Amino acid sequence: MGYTKDQLLARLQELKIYFTCYDHPVVLTVEEQAKHVGHLGGALSKNLLLKDKKHRLYVISALAGTKVDMKILSQRLGLGKGGLRMAPEENLLEVLQVPLGCVTPFALINESASAVSLLLDQGFKSKQICYFHPLTNDVTIALSSSNLDKFLISFGKQPAYVDLEAAPAVGKDNPPDLAHLVPSGVPNSSEQPVENASHTNVPHHQNNVPKETEVKAIMTISKVQSKGAETSSKVDKPTTNTSVDKFVNDVFDIISPLLSEELKKLDIKKEELSSILDGLRGRADPDLKSIAMTLKNASYTNGFHAGFKTMLHRGLNG
Amino acid sequence: MAAAEQGVDAARKEKEEEEEQVVNPWEVSAGKGGIDYDKLVDQFGCQRIDDALIDRIARLTGRPPHCFLRRGLFFAHRDLNELLDLYEKGEKFYLYTGRGPSSEALHLGHLIPFMFTKYLQEAFKVPLVIQLTDDEKFLWKNLTIQESKRLARENAKDIIACGFDIERTFIFSDFSFVGGAFYENMMQVARCVTMNKAIGIFGFNLEDHIGKVSFPPVQAVPSFPSSFPHLFAGKDQLRCLIPCAIDQDPYFRMTRDVAPRIGYQKPSLIESRFFPALQGENTKMSASDANSAIYVTDSAKEIKTKVNKYAFSGGQDSIELHRKLGANLDVDVPIKYLNFFLEDDDDLAHIKKEYKEGRMLTGEVKQRLMAVLSEIVARHQRARAQVTEEMVDAFMAVRPLPNMFG
Repeated sequence: MGYTKDQLLARLQELKIYFTCYDHPVVLTVEEQAKHVGHLGGALSKNLLLKDKKHRLYVISALAGTKVDMKILSQRLGLGKGGLRMAPEENLLEVLQVPLGCVTPFALINESASAVSLLLDQGFKSKQICYFHPLTNDVTIALSSSNLDKFLISFGKQPAYVDLEAAPAVGKDNPPDLAHLVPSGVPNSSEQPVENASHTNVPHHQNNVPKETEVKAIMTISKVQSKGAETSSKVDKPTTNTSVDKFVNDVFDIISPLLSEELKKLDIKKEELSSILDGLRGRADPDLKSIAMTLKNASYTNGFHAGFKTMLHRGLNG
Repeated sequence: MAAAEQGVDAARKEKEEEEEQVVNPWEVSAGKGGIDYDKLVDQFGCQRIDDALIDRIARLTGRPPHCFLRRGLFFAHRDLNELLDLYEKGEKFYLYTGRGPSSEALHLGHLIPFMFTKYLQEAFKVPLVIQLTDDEKFLWKNLTIQESKRLARENAKDIIACGFDIERTFIFSDFSFVGGAFYENMMQVARCVTMNKAIGIFGFNLEDHIGKVSFPPVQAVPSFPSSFPHLFAGKDQLRCLIPCAIDQDPYFRMTRDVAPRIGYQKPSLIESRFFPALQGENTKMSASDANSAIYVTDSAKEIKTKVNKYAFSGGQDSIELHRKLGANLDVDVPIKYLNFFLEDDDDLAHIKKEYKEGRMLTGEVKQRLMAVLSEIVARHQRARAQVTEEMVDAFMAVRPLPNMFG
C-alpha cells in the first residue's frame, strides 16, 4: 500500500523536518502550480519520471527553469544516446504510487519505488525554499533542500545532486559521469545506507552492472526470456522466494549428493549413477511439487487469516 | 417437401443427414463416428495448433510442452500466436478458466482443463482467475441457490487440489463476486448483443426463461481485466488467455465480437477436445453414470474394476486372433487414456507398437493404465485432503496479488 499524503506529512513531522503546506485545486503542470504558489518566493520544481531500455526508472527533480536534455542525460548515465524516455502512466501508478502529474521525490518513500534512482538538481542547494508535491497534486509543500535530504536519508536514500545542465563529453577517455546513479537492481534497505555516490565509485559500479547482466544471461534459457526476467527483478523488490520449483530443486540438491555417496559404496558405476538419480528425480517430481505447493498454500492461508484478524481487532496500526 | 413424394430410402437418408453433431455449452452430441473435430474447427472458425506453435511455446517457457499439447488434447486456438508475440516482447497476460459446479462428483475429464491451466500458470508465470458459475447451474438445473453455492465451494477444493499457486490465483463464485466493475462490464457486453444474436449463438428460444438469456455476459466479462479492479487496476489493456473445452467457444466468440466495440482487447483461447468416456467415444461421460468415468474419489480398487470391466477395448476377441491381427488403436479407450496421461513419449510409443502388432495384450495395456490413473488420483486425493475451509476462503478473498507476475 502506498503512503498517503497525510502519512507522509506525519512522517516529516516525526523527523522534525520543518515545512509549510499549501492547499490548492488539483494541478497537473508546473505552470498551473505557479499560479497558486509562484508568488511566494520559493523555487518551483519540475519532476520527470523516466525509463531506460532495461525498464529501470529515474526521477529527475529539477528547478522549473533548468533545461533538462534527455539525450545528454542518457549519455551521462551510460545508457547511450537515446536510452531514456518518459515512463508510461502505469509506472506512476504502480511504482511511485502517485497520480498523474504528481511525480515527486517524496514518492521514493514507497517500498515499490525502492529501485528508482533519484537525480536532484544542484540548483536546489542554493535556494532557501523549494516546492514539491507531497504525493497528491492538490497540495504543495515548501522546504529547504537540506530538509529534503534529511527526509531521504531517513529511509536510506542517499541524495544525489547533479548539475543537470552540464554537458560533459562522454567517450573512451571520459566515462559517463552519472553511471553510478543507474539502479543496480538491488534496492536500498533502510539498515544499510548506500555509499556516498561520488565520482570515485564510477568504475566500481560500472563493473557491477555488466556482471549482473552476465549472470542473468547464463541463468536464463533464451535472450528473450532474459529481458523478461530482468524487467521484473529490476523494477520489483526481490521478495522471500516462494517458488515451488526452486524449493523442489533445492531438496534434490541436498539429497542427490548424499544418495550418490551411498550408491558409490555399493559399487554402482558413475554412468548408471546419474541415470538412477535422474530417474528418481523424474518420478518424485510431481509428488514433491504437489506437497510443496500444498504447504505453501497452507502457510499463506494461515498468514492471510492472521493478518485479517489483526486488522479486525487492532486496525491499520496492527 | 410433401411426405408422399419421398421414397422410404430418401427419408432414411434425410434422417441420417439430420444427425448433425451438436456442440454448445449445454449440449454435446456426436453424429456417427464421434465428434468431427475438423468440421467443428471449420464451423467455429478457430485454428488448429500445429507443431511449430508447440515448439514456440516450449522455447518461450523454457520447459518441455505439456503432455496435453504434445498429444493433441489441446488442439485448437484463437489468437494464441498474437498473444505469444506480445509475451515475447515482455507484455504479460493473465489466465481465465472456470467451472460450472453442477455436482460434487468430479471425474478426470473435469480436471483436465485445470491440470492444463496449472501448467500454463507455472510455465508462463502469470496470474489466473477461476470463475465458479454457481448462478448458471442454478438457472439451468433444479438446484436451490444455497446448494449451488455449496457445490461451488466443494468444487473449489478439488480445483485447489490441482496445485494452483495461491499467490497467483483468484477463485470467485458469481453469487459472491458479481457487482461493481464486474457488473458494469456485464452491462456493457449485454448492451452489445441483440436477442437475435443470442438466440443464434446459444440456441435460446422464446420459452426459455430470461435468466438463461441474460447469463452469457457473466461468463464473458472475466476476459476483461477491468472486471477485477483489485487485481488489475490501471491495466485495462492486459491480455487474457482462456483454456477451455471447445464446447465453450460460443461464449467467447460472442466476447471477442463485443470486445473491440467497448474498447477492450479480445481474449485469446486455447481449446481442448472432449475426453472419451470409458465405454468409448460415442458415449458421453456423465456424472450420473458412475462407470463412464474415473472419479477423483475412486479408490485404486474401483479404478481397477472400472478399467477392467468398462474400458472399451480395441483388442481382438481371442488371444490367437489378437496375436495375428493386433489391436485397433482408433477405438481402444485405454490407449486413448494413456495418450493423455502417460508422460513418457518413448514408453507410449513402445506400448502402441506392441499392442498394434499383437504382441502386447489388452490386459497388459489396461494394467499399465490402472497404474498411471491410480497415481494421478492418489496424488489428487492427498492434496484434496489438505484443503481446509480457511484455504478456500483465502483463495476466494478479494485481495491483491503482488507477486502475480513474479
